[in-house]
Amino acid sequence: TSCVIPSGVHLNLRASHKNDMSLVEVEEANPAMASAPIAPYNSSPLGNSSSPNASRESLKMEPLADVAMLPGEERVIDKDIIYICPFNAAVKGKVFITNYRLYFKNTDSETPVTLDVPLGVISRVEKMGGASSRGENSYGLEITCKDMRNLRFALKQEGHSRRDIFEIIFKYAFPLSHGMQLFAFLSQEKYEENGWNVYEAMEEYRRQVLPNSEWRVTFINKNYELCDTYPTILVVPYKATDEDLRRVAAFRSRCRIPVLSWFHKENHAVIMRCSQPLVGMSGKRNKDDERYLDLIREANGTTKLTIYDARPNVNAVANKATGGGYEGDDAYQNAELVFLDIHNIHVMRESLKKLKDIVYPNVEESHWLSSLESTHWLEHIKLVLSGAIQVADKVSSGSSVVVHCSDGWDRTAQLTSLAMLMLDSYYRTLRGFQVLLEKEWISFGHKFASRIGHGDKNHADQDRSPIFLQFIDCVWQMTKQFPTAFEFNERLLVVILDHLYSCRFGTFLYNCESARESNNVRGKTVSLWSFVNSDTSLYINPFFTPESSRVLYPVASMRHLELWVTYYIRWNPRILHQQQSPVEQRYKELLALRDQYLKKLEELQLSDSTHLTNSSTPNAATPNQHITHLQTPF
Amino acid sequence: MLSLGSVGAKSTKPSFVSYVTPEEIKLEKEPPKKLKHPDLLPGEVEFCSANPILKYTQDDLSQRGVFGTLFCTNFRITFISDEKSQEETTKTFKNKLYGENDIPLMFVDHIYGVYDEKRKLITGALVKNKYPSKIIIHCKDLRVFQFCLTYTKEEDAKKIFQGIAHHCLEEKSLKCVFAFSYTGTPSPEMQRKRETILFDSPEDWTQEMKRTKANCRLVTENENFELSQRLPKYFVIPSALGDLFSYQGKGFPIWCWSHYSGCALFKASLPPVTQEDGDFQKHFDIMINAVAHNYLYSAKTEDLSESLPTIQDIQQSYNKFKQFFLIENSTDFWLSDMKWFSSLESSGWLDIIRQCLQKAVEVVECLEKDNTNVLITEEEGTDLCCVISSLVQIMLDPYYRTLMGFQSLVQKEWVAGCHAFLDRCNHLHQKDKECYSPVFLLFLECVWQLVQQHSPAFQFSETYLTVLSDSVHMPVFSTFLFNSAHHRESVLKAESPLAQSSPLSCPTVWDWSVQFDSKAQNYFFNPLYSEKVKHEKAVRKPHKLKHQRQLSLPSTAFKTPFKKGFFKDETDSLKKMLRVKRLSRWMGSPDSTAAISREFYESWQQRPLDYHGLLLPCLDGPAVRVWMQRYLRWIPEVHILGGGSVAVMTKLMELLSQVQDLKRVLEQRDSSQAAKPDHRPYIQHRLLSFGSSGRLPSSFPFAYSRNRSFKPIIPTGLMQCLMLTDSLASQEDEASSFVSLV
Repeated sequence: TSCVIPSGVHLNLRASHKNDMSLVEVEEANPAMASAPIAPYNSSPLGNSSSPNASRESLKMEPLADVAMLPGEERVIDKDIIYICPFNAAVKGKVFITNYRLYFKNTDSETPVTLDVPLGVISRVEKMGGASSRGENSYGLEITCKDMRNLRFALKQEGHSRRDIFEIIFKYAFPLSHGMQLFAFLSQEKYEENGWNVYEAMEEYRRQVLPNSEWRVTFINKNYELCDTYPTILVVPYKATDEDLRRVAAFRSRCRIPVLSWFHKENHAVIMRCSQPLVGMSGKRNKDDERYLDLIREANGTTKLTIYDARPNVNAVANKATGGGYEGDDAYQNAELVFLDIHNIHVMRESLKKLKDIVYPNVEESHWLSSLESTHWLEHIKLVLSGAIQVADKVSSGSSVVVHCSDGWDRTAQLTSLAMLMLDSYYRTLRGFQVLLEKEWISFGHKFASRIGHGDKNHADQDRSPIFLQFIDCVWQMTKQFPTAFEFNERLLVVILDHLYSCRFGTFLYNCESARESNNVRGKTVSLWSFVNSDTSLYINPFFTPESSRVLYPVASMRHLELWVTYYIRWNPRILHQQQSPVEQRYKELLALRDQYLKKLEELQLSDSTHLTNSSTPNAATPNQHITHLQTPF
Repeated sequence: MLSLGSVGAKSTKPSFVSYVTPEEIKLEKEPPKKLKHPDLLPGEVEFCSANPILKYTQDDLSQRGVFGTLFCTNFRITFISDEKSQEETTKTFKNKLYGENDIPLMFVDHIYGVYDEKRKLITGALVKNKYPSKIIIHCKDLRVFQFCLTYTKEEDAKKIFQGIAHHCLEEKSLKCVFAFSYTGTPSPEMQRKRETILFDSPEDWTQEMKRTKANCRLVTENENFELSQRLPKYFVIPSALGDLFSYQGKGFPIWCWSHYSGCALFKASLPPVTQEDGDFQKHFDIMINAVAHNYLYSAKTEDLSESLPTIQDIQQSYNKFKQFFLIENSTDFWLSDMKWFSSLESSGWLDIIRQCLQKAVEVVECLEKDNTNVLITEEEGTDLCCVISSLVQIMLDPYYRTLMGFQSLVQKEWVAGCHAFLDRCNHLHQKDKECYSPVFLLFLECVWQLVQQHSPAFQFSETYLTVLSDSVHMPVFSTFLFNSAHHRESVLKAESPLAQSSPLSCPTVWDWSVQFDSKAQNYFFNPLYSEKVKHEKAVRKPHKLKHQRQLSLPSTAFKTPFKKGFFKDETDSLKKMLRVKRLSRWMGSPDSTAAISREFYESWQQRPLDYHGLLLPCLDGPAVRVWMQRYLRWIPEVHILGGGSVAVMTKLMELLSQVQDLKRVLEQRDSSQAAKPDHRPYIQHRLLSFGSSGRLPSSFPFAYSRNRSFKPIIPTGLMQCLMLTDSLASQEDEASSFVSLV
């Protein structure tokens, strides 16, 4: 039985962390593994009063099977359906579609099989089989997701039973293609903390001791007139005038001039980011650009400025044909150019596609290692990481660097942000990491909308590419190699990736600051960081040991790089999922035990001190000393 | 790298350029005043030495080195640096018998000589009169040493080279093994006997049968090896088996372990089945009947030589595999990094590990799920049978996951069980390579997979396994030195200094104090081990434990208290019928068994994990991994300073010590409060001193505490390597043309 709920009916139920789809699914080793058991439905009718149409009480209050809906989430259709679970047999159940998610719950057995998929992760919906196709469960839908899984549903063959559900999924999964709004603009979620305040550009620059005698802040881009994909506040060499900047902009692809990303407090070396110079076939030169790069070099007396071109040499040469290119030796005499051999977005997309082929639904068995190698995914990770290591090493040895690729929003963002993560321990904290993403990725115009294709039906769009996923994978590799250096845990990374696609938060929407501003993303949507920071305990790495001045150099060797199984293969129930790593579990147990003992000792001391007044025992001092000694490390 | 012998291409590598010119040496080196001599072990004798020898430091491309003296003794090759090194003294995890510059002779795997920039495999001492300019030693513990001989006097160089080649590569007699010269005083025997069960007495076996409630018969007839010299001194057989002397020369089922349900695992040596061999078939039927009689007249058999790789396959695979870790320089390292995964796969080593674990899971399923007796067979009965039966026992019996339990298991299945260690490890460098095969290492590899997947289930750490894998080649212990119990006894008797009175006593490897002080031994314990809850532990009765490891309750309806006479009353026909039903050779097509055991794994996986219960490995591609600690510990390129799992363990240990301190304080308070002495023992203080210095390399505790720069290791791509060689080649061309002009 299916029912379409009038769009006026709001079902506002409190969103809770525990119901968040992403978290549950990573954690659980549920046999069905379609999704994890959902936390018990909170029956308190919180959304009641906010609902404008309270007459159809029964329908409204029926929860989405057993999961609470988000404020602003609306039910669209329910339908009996068969979920063709690739790990088990076909599962009979019911699917619920809202304007935010697809939720499936089985009805055929005691062991729960559920799916909780935000419609935002869907990249493609297809009809499978026809009314006349034979074979069991041959008629239905196939849904391709952006998060490394596909979903297949079967329906009854008679009566065009899939027509309505297909159309509804198609419409709500791709709202932008249907003149509708993304769910982030419909969500009514409220959090105590406002995540939009996590990053304030000026505050972050001040933390880096900027501006100073070498570097100044310019507001030349306050109306996005210099560069429409850059943020409003930019840091440039003190000696460069705004007029200089305008002339440099003319020589840089999409006007993305070299601007400061990070400043080394001790040696004053900097990481600059930009796009390629517009050299073209004829090998054009631009005196202003050359002088500008020299100003960067001079700022801390670097003898030779290193320019890291993220691309392979041949690609950089090929870009000349389209007007781009790279800094030639003779034009930039005080600079050294290094190519980092990182491939473009198309190569990365194909690589991830290959990876999906070998891990979903079944993990390639007979030749796992050579299959993994043939995807080249880890090889790309290795190149990105080793590029970032070179940048970080150069900067920590006191030389300033300029990093660019073609447009300076994909590989450049990967390199600068990873190098900053290696150099600056602030970015390894929970808050600092958010700032890093907001700064290097979001404000500097990584084209999230184009790369992810939020709400867009065009699944074959050549602009889509898992660049940000690749960056998060690199971060994960670093957390694996340095398990005590990061304040946040793996769960945060998975949550970030899940909401990269979900469209529940405004954080990753649109291509650049100017577009975000004109669509009032800050005013109309909730930030992912509101959600994360309202319960940080979930994302804290218990082993974190702050070491402020330490530069982290991961080992970018295949010997250490490994496939992020708990992300890429998390849908597969057979792959060993440990709810919590045994080390972490043991550590937490011990922490609890220590607290318990400390409390007990405290109590004993308290009773001692009362005793002491009566009879002073010489022994009483020993435990006291012990405790102070023990507490010092904390 | 895979082809041994001369590798011509290697010689053109830029890394062979020595940056130390003879002039520099004169500056650096004072005329030798006094030769420093190594501290010899009791019984160790120095054969020859040479000075100055340049030992290349492994961890940079420039091939710089340290000057010193190279010695060869009856125990080791040792290099003593002219400079003073404090490294050794500061090391927390130090082997008392050998240090970082020592190579016990039995550790030597291959020696290469570099002659005129060409690398050649040295196969014996009698290689012309020429000695190489450089020798490269690959060790069985995967260390690589490179010594340059060109700075020393020709006769010294010749002598040391021939000495090393002779003592390491020439086939030698067992008597020459250092263990027979070693006169170190073993620590009191009693203490360690109490801990590790050696299975060299009838009592040990009786005790083990009692522990597992086995219903079998102890055989003492082989006490003087009258039955067979290939059989253990004492062993256990199905009680239904008749007079053993009548089966002489043929194999018979030897009991390994009994499941709590009553069914048991047996192993047997069996020659490969020749068809239409009626005699064999008859004997086989008798055996399988005897096995079936053990419990409910059920039996399954598995011929391991049919379904698992041969020992030659294992050896070939490991030979390929280990090459990837014997890294001589950075260029090699980064070149091999490109095709790392496919190289690993091409060796097949991980796949062999997977196959063994898979087979063990299948046997476990028979015992645990079907409650049938299992008989595993192979030609010798002491190779893969040992691997599989040991793995099965580790998966099913939590006792074998304790340190002492594990050591007892190795004694039971491998040492007392007559695994031919001497031949398999090729301790004597016999030219006949047929019988050499790292079977025991394969077993340790499988155990490591289990340890890394289910760490809290094991009392011992991976460091323990790594050390054990090295200790196999330590020529001090008798444990891994012989081919069988008979071999051990006869040799030890013959070699005894006081003939006739008592056999020579060599320390067993389980006497860890010979190699490590008690502090270092703490690294053998896994801090994540989830011990049993106290009150259960206090009971200490093994049969109590058994109920804990039940996966599912066996169908008690089938249980009968008088098993022995169970079939006595049955009519023959019923017996036949039952036999047809339950007696089966159980291998179907490989696909179907894989699917079935997958089901078994999944149903196990769905239950809450009990670390003291059944343990199964995940065998999917990403789950079977390279034993990083063992294989990567000496490669500086992969060391993560302040990272790796060591960093987390350090934190854990810090906290653990705090908790233990607190607990002690509380207990002291308790006892003083109660005003009477405290009888409860404190929890053993297994505190690892990871050192307060903070950043340890990921290879800890094996890596040297070398003062490493904080410079990152930047991978060199293939392109860069090629460019480098090109430019160097052109330089060489210029140089040669210059020479010709002169």
